[in-house]
Amino acid sequence: MLEIISSQWPSLLSGLWNTILCSVIALIGSLIIGTFFALLEISKYKVIRIIGSVYVEVFRNIPLLVIAMAFFLIVPMYFTKISGFTAGTIGLTLYTSAFIAETVRAGINSVEAGQLEGALANGLTTGQAMRYIILPQAFKVIIPPLGNQFINLVKNSSVLAFVAGFDLMYEGNMIANDTLQTIPTYFIVGIMYLIITLPLSYYMRHLEKKLA
Amino acid sequence: MKKLWHWIALCAVLLTVGGLAGCSNQSVAKRDVLSADMKSKQITWGVKSDTRLFGLENIRTGKLEGFEIDLAKAMTKEILGKDGKCVFVPVTSGTRVPLLKNGNIDAIMATMTITPDRAKQVDFTHSYFDAGQSLLVKKGSPIKNIQDLNHKGAVILGVSGSNSVKNVAKIAPKARVLQLSDYAQAMTALKSKQGQALTTDNGILYGMASENPGYEVVGGNFTKEPYGIAVNKNQQRFRNKLNWALARLEKNGTYNRLLLKWFGNVKGFNYQEMKR
Repeated sequence: MLEIISSQWPSLLSGLWNTILCSVIALIGSLIIGTFFALLEISKYKVIRIIGSVYVEVFRNIPLLVIAMAFFLIVPMYFTKISGFTAGTIGLTLYTSAFIAETVRAGINSVEAGQLEGALANGLTTGQAMRYIILPQAFKVIIPPLGNQFINLVKNSSVLAFVAGFDLMYEGNMIANDTLQTIPTYFIVGIMYLIITLPLSYYMRHLEKKLA
Repeated sequence: MKKLWHWIALCAVLLTVGGLAGCSNQSVAKRDVLSADMKSKQITWGVKSDTRLFGLENIRTGKLEGFEIDLAKAMTKEILGKDGKCVFVPVTSGTRVPLLKNGNIDAIMATMTITPDRAKQVDFTHSYFDAGQSLLVKKGSPIKNIQDLNHKGAVILGVSGSNSVKNVAKIAPKARVLQLSDYAQAMTALKSKQGQALTTDNGILYGMASENPGYEVVGGNFTKEPYGIAVNKNQQRFRNKLNWALARLEKNGTYNRLLLKWFGNVKGFNYQEMKR
């Protein structure tokens, strides 16, 4: 096992780096897009609500692999060149954003209706009320489920392996195929995923304690 | 203190998993495959299910068809007699060796090139097919041979776990190689222009070109890829028996008949050169 680590370290490291990069981009992107669609879903207007829920249902109910494949194979056929890394990261962002939208919506619903009424009565616009009153309280409530989503996101980034995205899983597959040492290789890859997800999970727990 | 216990528990779990993974192979290595197969009257073969001409699942019947499938059937009959049964397990380039190692299959006949690296992990029989690596490109492409791809910005598509991706990295080191999980996906990626060329063994490429008229094989072979049947280490008796069966089929004309059946109509295939 040590032999694999020492001989394959550069490719493992570049895989780890790509996985982290993809996860960070997808994490930020999905949080923004997810919050946006959560706000659409609770809009007063029926048309906007429908747009929001169609988006969520589409991306939540299609396997991530299919979404990533679609970006990898269909987009270059009709639109523009796209690398496996980009295709996978976009797919992962959209997929995760659907789950985050639902989580954020649940958070917003958990804030009492009186808060919004009070904010509006004090002369805030709906946008301001959301920005300063509702969302801060909502995010406090949903930190544990958001943490779950982020950890899932890191693990789901392994979908990049199937669209030649040069992530940790891709490099792991290459090493396993090259050395034929399948079990030790995947064992190391599993530990490297833990290196990313464990601190994330502890940080979310810390955040939960700090804000609660 | 509580945190420390968390870490200790985690390490314990990891070590257990690692330990289990390490020792699970021993019982498989001790088993004598040949006598087990003689007794059960069946041989379990790992074969391709996505490779035209070698091993491809017929979508209508659900049965596997191809040169390797027919050869495996003939060899099974040769070794176990008329009532010998074949069990086919579809494998990919990436899964075949692990499946062999953990005893799920007895032998691999899945377009597997004999290489020194692989020979450290598994034992090979004599070669049963002499392939060579080539390129598949869109008709009218400026790429005529492998040297045309040896520049920065060139992207070559391959299938992960195959010997061809290693070869191409040596011969055209400046090109980027994208490894996909199977041939169907690699072909789709070629169509959606994720790469300029698809590389693998000529036999497989001919099968793809016959299915996709807009694409052609160019540049001839730039490597020699002898396919062998792989068995686990320490199964010399089984391997010798396979070699014996293969030699008999070559002698009695069955081999040539199968070769002609599958490759007789393939454009560019030289039967005289390949027959035995």
